[in-house]
Amino acid sequence: MSIPPETVKQVALLARLQLDDAAVGSLAGQLGAILDLAGQLDELDTREVVPMSHPLDMPIPERADVVVNGNRREALLANAPDHVQGYFQVPRIIE
Amino acid sequence: MLRARKLSARDLTAAFLERIDRLNPILNAFITIDHEGAMAAARQADERLDRGQSTGLTGIPVAVKDLFCTENLTTTCGSRMLAGFRPPYESTVTRKLKEAGAIILGKTNMDEFAMGSSNETSWFGPVKNPWDTRLIPGGSSGGSAAALAARLALATIGSDTGGSIRQPAALTGITGLKPTYGRISRYGMIAFASSLDQAGPMTLSAADAALVLQVLSGHDPSDSTSIQADVPDYSAALNTSMEGVRIGIPVEYRPDTLDPEIARALDAAQEVFVQQGATLVPLSLPHTRHAIPTYYIIAPAEASSNLARYDGIRFGYRCQDPRDLGDLYTRSRSEGFGAEVRRRIMLGTYVLSSGYYDAYYRKAQKVRRLIADDFQRAFAQVDLLLTPTTPGTAFPLGEKVDDPVAMYLSDIFTINVNLAGLPALSLPCGADTRGLPIGMQLIAPILKEDRLLAVAHAFQSATSWHQRKPEL
Repeated sequence: MSIPPETVKQVALLARLQLDDAAVGSLAGQLGAILDLAGQLDELDTREVVPMSHPLDMPIPERADVVVNGNRREALLANAPDHVQGYFQVPRIIE
Repeated sequence: MLRARKLSARDLTAAFLERIDRLNPILNAFITIDHEGAMAAARQADERLDRGQSTGLTGIPVAVKDLFCTENLTTTCGSRMLAGFRPPYESTVTRKLKEAGAIILGKTNMDEFAMGSSNETSWFGPVKNPWDTRLIPGGSSGGSAAALAARLALATIGSDTGGSIRQPAALTGITGLKPTYGRISRYGMIAFASSLDQAGPMTLSAADAALVLQVLSGHDPSDSTSIQADVPDYSAALNTSMEGVRIGIPVEYRPDTLDPEIARALDAAQEVFVQQGATLVPLSLPHTRHAIPTYYIIAPAEASSNLARYDGIRFGYRCQDPRDLGDLYTRSRSEGFGAEVRRRIMLGTYVLSSGYYDAYYRKAQKVRRLIADDFQRAFAQVDLLLTPTTPGTAFPLGEKVDDPVAMYLSDIFTINVNLAGLPALSLPCGADTRGLPIGMQLIAPILKEDRLLAVAHAFQSATSWHQRKPEL
């Protein structure tokens, strides 16, 4: 199957990806092929099956509520594409 | 030789760096070569060796897949998005390697964000298979596999989300271990699919894998999904007798489409185990064929969520002259991610979107349980399973790159293991008529890495497939 181009464009918008028309066309086909594969799962009756979100049945451990790695502003800003006066910088949002 | 002080860690490291400088232009196995850091670590290792304070890895040159964060050493995940990224912290895996005295020679090439089965999606170009440079080495830990197969390190570290340690291990003729999910901390591993990702050693033998696994294993408070369980002495467990060991042979892993040369190599390997006293038990894992669709719903869903953090604001690639904030997000992500990553983000966003969530994502989570239950039933009858690792030997660069479904089928024998969280190991068991390596896969119950290593060691004690190396 092929996914409608409008759907591909809507998903791209949600994923914050820009696609040209050629990419929309090829993704419509490729995603459709993968979802065709996924269609095989419909053969299975899973009404009574509990979903498995994680391979291990273990409780999530809690840690003490203490500050670690604090005060590392310079190190964390070092990889920012743009920063000013200790803040990440982005294009103006409010004129 | 290191411990007897017949060879210094400095000389050994310098020799490996020289070999990397000579062969990396051909293989493209490394993204970053850390001459300075490696030599500094070698000096420290020599001091430790002089003091008689060495462990199994002290002074041993290793290489690490470029998705483990290394403090102040570039970590790219094979992506333009992270080109030049210098993490402000160290992954637990690399911290443990350094604490054990291992020498990190550099960071190995990989499919972008570990998404790929052929190592052709890296922003830094494809890795070549040392057995034949026209062929792929497998992915996504193909840089680690090629580096080890070409003897550019004595051990390497990879990560395995759907087969990314075992599949390249099979295609390059090395031993690759994907431990139980949670056995090794994921702290500082750049995430692809969090419920599947697992780090593991790639080595020249099961005995070496035991040494590396020993260093890397254990609970880490920084990773809430790491297992709180004792770490056995893996090396001590190696010499376990094969007498009475029950090896399951799942019928679904021997399809008619399996390369006949691989089938023959597996038959011969099974015979080796029988001669050592093991019993073969044919059995069925009925949901095997549903693993690929299950994986290609769950993994992209988790990836689309994990990769949402790359927005061009705090780190990573940012587009030029963004018009506004929306344009900054969208163009930074579109220019920073390659085609395969964009494809999987799209797929993940689609299956998680309202209206499709139940039909795809929730359905896949249910089938995941059926797949895990199959394994649990099998392990009530047998100690471990023996299967092929890959459906064929290494294929030519470019052959499957435009056909994602064909590419995804490369991992058909490895993916089930990740869905169930089990440990599995690939080891060389033959060669095809062109001399290309063939791998077999051993699968064990959760936390039974010692059993995998012992059985692999028994095979490697009786055969020499793991000693073959490519001519370079």
